[in-house]
Amino acid sequence: MTSLHALTGPPSPLASTWPLAALHALTGPPSPLASTWPLAALGATWFPNGVTHYLVGGLLVGLGVAVIYLATGIHAGNSTVLETTLSYVSDLPRFRRAAYVASRDWRVLLTLATVAGAALYTLATGSGGWTTAVQPWRLAVGGFLVGVGTRLGKGCTMGHGVCGLGSGSRTSMVNVALFVGVAIAVALAVAAAGVSP
Amino acid sequence: MADRSPLFYAVIVAGGLIEGVGLAYSRMARPEVVLDFLQLQDLGLLLVMVGAAVVVGVATVVAVGVLREAPLTGRAYARRVKDLDRNVLAGGVVFGVGWGLCGICPGAAYASVGVGNWPILVGIGAMFLGAYAQGFVRARLA
Repeated sequence: MTSLHALTGPPSPLASTWPLAALHALTGPPSPLASTWPLAALGATWFPNGVTHYLVGGLLVGLGVAVIYLATGIHAGNSTVLETTLSYVSDLPRFRRAAYVASRDWRVLLTLATVAGAALYTLATGSGGWTTAVQPWRLAVGGFLVGVGTRLGKGCTMGHGVCGLGSGSRTSMVNVALFVGVAIAVALAVAAAGVSP
Repeated sequence: MADRSPLFYAVIVAGGLIEGVGLAYSRMARPEVVLDFLQLQDLGLLLVMVGAAVVVGVATVVAVGVLREAPLTGRAYARRVKDLDRNVLAGGVVFGVGWGLCGICPGAAYASVGVGNWPILVGIGAMFLGAYAQGFVRARLA
């Protein structure tokens, strides 16, 4: 501790009297900024990787959805494509509904453009080559349930979480509150069971 | 089978590209970052979702309140509102279990392919299977 303080300076009086000081005792010494400005300390606690890329990224995601909406009047989510694309290969009447067949081409295009946008960003920043370490069984089982859930619940993080919330839809608020709450409980439980990543 | 103008497809591509850049830049294309949020270690995902929802919300309010119909389709602008029924509740719970398990949702998963994360294809394939199973079972029950 002594050497640490030699590097960061002694803790300010504010930090030692402030309630979060106890938390900092657990998480490490606060940065100089954090000890003088409570909001910054909160930021460091809840947003340890900063907030800029989240905010800018979120605005871009919203902008992409808004461009399509303003031009076409369509709130384009990202999971209807899971069903409409099945109409190319399945004879089930459910997937061959007129609205699905009519929109299947542009939904595939939207999905490919989303892939391309991420690829362009990756190429431009030279940040390629990243692959997830999350275990394949988690991707498989979780992905399957996500596929069932989004179609049963009429939307996903984009359809309900961005378009629905942006529309002030009560249905979407209920759906999002449910899936976020359940997902937090499941993720915490899986981590507590020692599964990582 | 409405005939779509070339401009319609151009707008879809432009919107998708912007979404893809946003999902990659915000790190939402990384399941690990989403799982960090779900384990309450980094609440950044909230900023992404709320930030995007605010932009779409402003666009929706302006379009519905001021503009009449969309230029490329003639569709009347409307809010995105679906009926609240049992399926919305059940679907939310099932989606939540899946999302909590894997940390990927459809849009972020597509963007993840773009950042070169090929193992995500397992999850995307599983999503299609899940969507198929859901449709198959509901067609049987109907």
